[in-house]
Amino acid sequence: MLNLAIASGKGGTGKTTIAVNLALTLIKEGLPVQLLDCDVEEPNAHLFLKPEFSHKQSVGIPVPSIDLSKCSFCGYCAEVCAFNALAVLKDNVMILSELCHGCGSCAYLCPEKAITENDRPIGIVESGMVNSLSFAHGILNPGEAMSPPLINAVKNLINSEALTIIDAPPGTSCPVVAAVNDCDFCLLVTEPTPFGLNDLDLAYQMVSKLGISAGVVINRSDLGDDEVEAYCSKNNLPVLQKIPWNLEAARYYARGEPAVKHLSEWKVLFKVLYNNIINVWEGAVRK
Amino acid sequence: MKKITVISGKGGTGKTSLVGCFASLAGDKAVLVDGDVDAANLSLITKPVRLEAHEFWASKVAEINLDSCEDCGLCLELCRFDAISGDYAIDPVACEGCGFCSHACPHGAITMNDRLSGKWFVSQTPYGSLVHARLGIAEENSGKLVTTIRNKGEQLAESEQKDYLIIDGPPGIGCPVIAALSGVDAALIVTEPTVSGIHDLERILAVCRHFGVEASVCINRYDLAEEQSKTIEEYCLRENVPLAGKIPFDRAFVKAMIEGIPVVDYVDGVLVEKISEVWNIMNCS
Repeated sequence: MLNLAIASGKGGTGKTTIAVNLALTLIKEGLPVQLLDCDVEEPNAHLFLKPEFSHKQSVGIPVPSIDLSKCSFCGYCAEVCAFNALAVLKDNVMILSELCHGCGSCAYLCPEKAITENDRPIGIVESGMVNSLSFAHGILNPGEAMSPPLINAVKNLINSEALTIIDAPPGTSCPVVAAVNDCDFCLLVTEPTPFGLNDLDLAYQMVSKLGISAGVVINRSDLGDDEVEAYCSKNNLPVLQKIPWNLEAARYYARGEPAVKHLSEWKVLFKVLYNNIINVWEGAVRK
Repeated sequence: MKKITVISGKGGTGKTSLVGCFASLAGDKAVLVDGDVDAANLSLITKPVRLEAHEFWASKVAEINLDSCEDCGLCLELCRFDAISGDYAIDPVACEGCGFCSHACPHGAITMNDRLSGKWFVSQTPYGSLVHARLGIAEENSGKLVTTIRNKGEQLAESEQKDYLIIDGPPGIGCPVIAALSGVDAALIVTEPTVSGIHDLERILAVCRHFGVEASVCINRYDLAEEQSKTIEEYCLRENVPLAGKIPFDRAFVKAMIEGIPVVDYVDGVLVEKISEVWNIMNCS
C-alpha cells in the first residue's frame, strides 16, 4: 500500500500531530496502518500513541578495527578514507570512529587484510503495537552526529501490506532525504507565515528533486497571511487541508493527547485530508 | 566576546524569532550567525543587505566513465549507499562521496568530482553583520557548513570588536546542532510547554552536557499550557538548569514576522519586557 511521508522544511509546523491523528483516523476506518517515526533526533510520536514496545534493536555504523600484528603501517587506509577517520602513525593507527561513515573502503582495500569492521552503536529502533496500529521509531544517541543509518533501519520495517506513514525530521538535508526517499507521496506541512513559506519552498524543491509528488497541509491556517496559498496555486501544488488554530487542540497536544480522539471537527478534517491525498496521488500515478 | 547559541531540540519553538529580538536588544554589539543552514530564516526578520557570497565545496560525487567501464559489477556490489544503478548511473543524492568505488574499480573508470554543496553569505543588517548560508537541496555536510559560517562570524566579531556572537541553531540534536553548539560560552534552550517540548528539552540538554556547554532554558508560549510549563520549571530546578524566562503566547510574533522585523521592534509592553529579561540573563550569566 501507499508509503506516505510527512515532511516540512520548518520545524514545529505540526508533522507529528498530522502523522498521529491521520494514523488514528485511518485505523478507525479499518485500514491496516503503520506509523514510522523517522525523526530520530527528536522522536515524539510515541508520546501521543503510548505504544507497548515488543522489540528493541541496537543500530550501529560499521567502523574499522586494526589488527596491528598484520598492519604494515603503509598508510593506504588513511589515504582512501574520504572522511579523515584514520590516522596512521609510525607504529599505531588512530581511528576517529565518530567521523567514520561506514563505507568499508579501508577494510576492503587494506593490502595486508589487517582491517575488520565492528558496529559502533548510534541508537536504537523500538517497535510495537498500539491496538491495531503498528508503530516503530528510532532514537539517536545524544552526542551522535550521523542519523541516516538509523533512519534507514527504521524504514527497513516498512510493511508493504499496510499503509505506511513516515514522520520525517525537519529540514531539507540528508536526514530528511533518508526519511522521504522512495516514498510514494509526501505531505508538506507548513504554516502561513514568511518562515513557513520560505521553508515550504525549500521542502518542495527537495521532493521535486527526489521525484516524489506532494501536497500541502496549512496548519494554524488563520495565523498568518495568504502568501503560502498564493505560492501553492502558482506552483500547482495542491493544498489538501487547512487546519485552523484551535486552543483546545493545542491543549490536547500539550498534554500528549491526539485531538482526533476528542474533537469531532478534527475527525472529519482528517478523513477529508486522507481522501484528498488519495485523489491527488491517484491522479499523479495516472499521469 | 561571548558566544551564545540558541537551540531547542524540537523545531518551531521560536528560536529564530528570539534571536532576531536579541540582535535588536544587543544594540550594535553583536554578530549574527544563522546556523540552521537547511532552512535559514533569520534573514527574513533582519532586513539584510548582502555583501559577500561564497560557494561551499565540501564533498565529492562519483562519476563513471562508461567508455572505460567493463561491466564487471564490482562497484555495484561494494557501494553501501545504493548509489549506483544496474546501468552504472550514479545517484548523486545517494552518493556519500566516500570514493570506495573509485579506488576499487579494476579499470580505473570511476573519478570523484568536487560537488557544490551550498552557498554562504555575509550581509549587513541594522543590527550588525549576519553570516548565513543555504545548503544545497538534499545535500550533506550541513555540519561543515555551520562550522564554516560560525568561524566567519567569530572572525567578524573579533575584527569588528563586538561583544557577542549570537548563533541561531538548527532543530534536532544531530551534526549541524553539534557544530553550532560545541565550544560556545552559553546555550539558550527555547522550549514550549508540551510533551514534545519537554521530551526534546531533555535530549538537547544531554547534548549540551556531552559537550560541556552551560545551558539555560526559556519557555515560549508558557501560558498556553500552564501545567506543562510548571513541569518544565520543576524539571529545570531538579536538573539545576537556570530558567532564563517565560514568554507568553502572542500573535504579535507572526505579525512582526510578516513585517520582517523582530517582535521587540514591532510592539511595546509586557512581551518586550519578558524578552528583554531573557536577554539580560543570557547576557550576565
